[in-house]
Amino acid sequence: MTVPGSMTTPLTQATISTEITGSREHYARHLADGGSARTHPDRAYPPYRSSLLRHPKQPLVAVRDPEMVELSGPAFGVTDITDLDHDLTRQHQGEPLGERITVTGRVLDRDGRPVRGQLVEIWQANASGRYAHQRDQHPAPLDPNFTGVGRCLTDDQGGYRFVTVKPGAYPWRNHDNAWRPAHIHFSLFGTAFTQRLVTQMYFPGDPLFPYDPILQSVTDDRARERLVAAYDHERSVPEWSLGYHWDIVLDGPAATWTEEGH
Amino acid sequence: MTPTTTPAPQPPTPSQTVGPFYGYALPFTGGGDIAPPGHPDTLTLHGRVLDGAGQPVPDAIVEAWQPAPDGSRTGAPGSLRRDPVTGAVIGRDTVTFTGFGRVPTDADGHYTLRTLPPGGVAYISLAVFARGLLHHLHTRAYLHDAGPLGDDALLAGLSPVRRATLITTSDGPRVHRFDIRLQGGDEHEETVFLDFG
Ligand SMILES: [Fe+2]
Repeated sequence: MTVPGSMTTPLTQATISTEITGSREHYARHLADGGSARTHPDRAYPPYRSSLLRHPKQPLVAVRDPEMVELSGPAFGVTDITDLDHDLTRQHQGEPLGERITVTGRVLDRDGRPVRGQLVEIWQANASGRYAHQRDQHPAPLDPNFTGVGRCLTDDQGGYRFVTVKPGAYPWRNHDNAWRPAHIHFSLFGTAFTQRLVTQMYFPGDPLFPYDPILQSVTDDRARERLVAAYDHERSVPEWSLGYHWDIVLDGPAATWTEEGH
Repeated sequence: MTPTTTPAPQPPTPSQTVGPFYGYALPFTGGGDIAPPGHPDTLTLHGRVLDGAGQPVPDAIVEAWQPAPDGSRTGAPGSLRRDPVTGAVIGRDTVTFTGFGRVPTDADGHYTLRTLPPGGVAYISLAVFARGLLHHLHTRAYLHDAGPLGDDALLAGLSPVRRATLITTSDGPRVHRFDIRLQGGDEHEETVFLDFG
């Protein structure tokens, strides 16, 4: 096996792609043997080299206590948000460069009930594929009119809406010639801390999908497709913006009593 | 307008790593200062996030959630309270206990939270996110001085070595140490992480 980061043997996309295929075949056998479908990535996913020392080796310990604190969760409100937070194109003096888009959708729990009044946070690279982060050394231009951070609260139907520009793909150092498909990072809260989710939204038809070990860490085909937004022409605004739609379903139990409490 | 439909079970959205570049998006001013400033009951919970080689994880985020001292679990808005004029995060209002904290680790993998003792339970619930971690992890910091921990069902079901990873150690008056080891190694025990089903 190639040593990660070795100077003498660069880790190639071919090696990573072979590992990605191996993981997928392993999962297919798991299903064929009657195993259950798996939504979330295995935390130990070798094609994503940074996971090697950062995943637990012991099984998680199941907690099924109806009195546990984690069945409740943090609350957010109007003091945590300003009116401009959902519009990433209006946070500076000028307009950012790039393709103006809207991203809308609903946040639901796994019973399909809307998650109301909860915090949605996003962050993303600019249209050139550069983050406004000191440690991003990708030699693509920063945009003085784009930071790439947004927040909003979900409405009574669980709906959220952001205005932004389509982020660019960017290189990273997992292996030689590694590129991340364009994506927007999302952070979500439910009514219960058990429902906490941090994830990434992708854009339909991106040719980089098969090469990316982070997206491919979701080995279930249908689960992986749930990370890809839909282009929705009905939501595009003439002469203004392209519309993308992405619904998010939070996993994890939620106490029914929080319904009454809120 | 989204039509209202009868809720039906939905397949969950998969997790993805928080990645390396959340640093200008998720952390906020006063994120670790859950206790109102100067509150006499304030306790400090701090430690390091470490990887399987025992090395610090400098790009992790630790989130805390807990009941208020009176046992209330409703939380309260205002953790990321904003200045409506400038949009800047101006921090909590110094009165409200929101029960929620969020801190990034520093270059040495260290985090610090200042909070009040949770009412009715002996633990503060923690979630850990990091570059390299494809799905965040939940754990609990049981406060060593919160009273007898013997009848806690989770702790009672663990071996002594595993149980010890969930209990803070004293680091001075009202100072609790809680290291989070994402992966066990020769020298150290892996922290117990939780699955809520
Ligand atoms: Fe990213």
